Amino acid sequence: MDKLLPRLPFADWIDDGVGWLTDVFAPLFDGIAIFLEVLVEGSVDILSQVPSILLAIIFALIAWFLSTRKIGFFTLLGFLFIDYLGLWYPMLQMLALVIASVLFAVIIGIPIGIWASQKPIVKAIVSPILDLMQTMPAFVYLIPAIFFFNIGVVPGVVASVIFAMPPTIRLTMLGIEQVPSDLIEATEAFGSTAWQRLVKVQIPLAQPTILAGVNQSIMLSLSMVVIASMVGAPGLGEEVYRAVTQLKTGVGVEVGVAIVIVAIILDRITQHAGTKKQGGVSE
Amino acid sequence: MEEQPSKKKIEVKRATKIFGKHTKRAAQLLQEGKTKKEILKATGATVGVNNASFDVNEGEIFVIMGLSGSGKSTLVRLLNRLIDPTLGNILIDGEDIVQMNKEKLRQVRREKIGMVFQNFALFPHKTILSNTEYGLEIQGVPKAERHEKAMESLRLVGLAGYEEQYPSQLSGGMQQRVGLARAIANDPDVLLMDEAFSALDPLIRKDMQDELLQLHSDMGKTIIFITHDLDEALRIGDRILLMKDGEVVQLGTPEEILMNPSDEYVERFVEDVDLSKVLTAAHIMKRADSVQVDRGPRVALRLMKRLRISSMYVTDKQRRLLGAVTAHDADAALTEGKNLEDILINDITVVSEDRLITELLDQVSIATIPVAVVDDTDRLKGIIIRGALIGALSGNDRFINENGTVQADEETEVEAIG
Repeated sequence: MDKLLPRLPFADWIDDGVGWLTDVFAPLFDGIAIFLEVLVEGSVDILSQVPSILLAIIFALIAWFLSTRKIGFFTLLGFLFIDYLGLWYPMLQMLALVIASVLFAVIIGIPIGIWASQKPIVKAIVSPILDLMQTMPAFVYLIPAIFFFNIGVVPGVVASVIFAMPPTIRLTMLGIEQVPSDLIEATEAFGSTAWQRLVKVQIPLAQPTILAGVNQSIMLSLSMVVIASMVGAPGLGEEVYRAVTQLKTGVGVEVGVAIVIVAIILDRITQHAGTKKQGGVSE
Repeated sequence: MEEQPSKKKIEVKRATKIFGKHTKRAAQLLQEGKTKKEILKATGATVGVNNASFDVNEGEIFVIMGLSGSGKSTLVRLLNRLIDPTLGNILIDGEDIVQMNKEKLRQVRREKIGMVFQNFALFPHKTILSNTEYGLEIQGVPKAERHEKAMESLRLVGLAGYEEQYPSQLSGGMQQRVGLARAIANDPDVLLMDEAFSALDPLIRKDMQDELLQLHSDMGKTIIFITHDLDEALRIGDRILLMKDGEVVQLGTPEEILMNPSDEYVERFVEDVDLSKVLTAAHIMKRADSVQVDRGPRVALRLMKRLRISSMYVTDKQRRLLGAVTAHDADAALTEGKNLEDILINDITVVSEDRLITELLDQVSIATIPVAVVDDTDRLKGIIIRGALIGALSGNDRFINENGTVQADEETEVEAIG
């Protein structure tokens, strides 16, 4: 069986390809690396200067403003509890990582999703890539990321962006495609341009679905930044990783609870942000 | 709508739409005279509209009617090219929209054609006002101006005060008013209404029809109205185009379609029509036996005896209706030496000739002498007897006058006797 077909060295080819990319695009990767590093570490530095209680209150107010008072209250308690556990600084690191990853996932993902919803060809190309991105084990992204960006914050962010982007793209496409055809017909009948149709009708109506995609992206990037601690990404994930390697169950659970709290806060805030702004009752 | 020479607003020339993959082959087969079914079998393509040609006059309400699947919704979408025709030309104000590029077509859609949809197609995330403004907004009309125009058209459809509501807060009838307001806000010449009232319940629907007619007489727009409901078509249409399997079966006024169905299909279509809502007094009236007032009671009595009737109408020389006399009164007048004027009965039931017979039932049933039918100038045109009314309602052609007039020959005979 082994001899029937010559074993093609796929792995070698991919390694060569990655090596080639690393060589050729070194300046680009370096640029991205510096940018992300400054962004994430800079914001952690700034945030860590603020007293934790004050910051917790600010976060709570933001949560209240974006969603409900109940969630604002939960945010305050949650953050204070994390501070009490002594996990404040790693929590800030993780938060910065997540927010940076989601930001890039959204900035790249929504336009791709919109583009794909307008052009069937783009969709035909994007869809299989998304399937690949979502089914590929998360760890696999980390390996080339190390080659391109060394270890630390940057490969963590990059891997999270790639891992977290598909739901945003997919749900943006879905949301726009789900706009009822008679509404599209109405925009056409009144003589809208494609851009007007998109901006005035399709995107506003797709907004709840797009936000559901962003919410999914946040959850995925949360799980990815934990995994990314294996390549040296700092934050709560790093604490979990350390607890695992040292078999410290208690510490592991403590950190795990902190991650869960952050996850719940981010999830609830983004879930509500979508519905609150809709003035009237949408369908 | 008056007697002005009607100008062609839209001309549809041999418009054909074939859906599916092998449209060229299908078009060829179509020209060879193959049927819709044969083409579907041979090519897998569906013929939506087959070689439709007709003109729509400026200012008329043109109804396109057919059952579902007859291609009427496709046909109306060809008129603003929401669907591109496979073959044929469509001219609006003499300009062929089929040849237009995107930019030009957009211009036509913005300025000349408004559309109202069956399921309203309102934007759920916009308020009633901004829904109404949509057509103006995309044309870049300044905010204050489009605001004003939108308010005006909301007022026209009776929705002033609802500007800040959202569509889901409104009932179906109100939502469709918004749809109508949105379509008329940018003042198009032509309104396309695709089954606009079909999703509404019957009472609301009738109100909307009335309002549309009112709006039409106020604004004088050309309206192309799609419906599957013959009663609706007869009610609002100046002319009706009947479609079947993508083909035009008949085009004519409501009366032409009812009285002279062009084939069995149309006949079957119209056979269930509620005749009482279509036929007018002129359709069922009989020749009126009357006497001129200066002839005197003797002549009147003789006429009544000869015709074996107990009463008759009295007119002046111009045949204007004055009243009625009974044989009994005429007899008495003869002995007392009175003339006809003295014994005239003025308490008579008079109806105009264009009244629908559904509105006559009550009057005819209680009248003691046959109801008189008069024209605009009060001239006696005929009478309605109960038997004819019932006969006509049952659809018996014998009781229905072909053109809404009674033969005039017998009338002279009466005069001659006098």
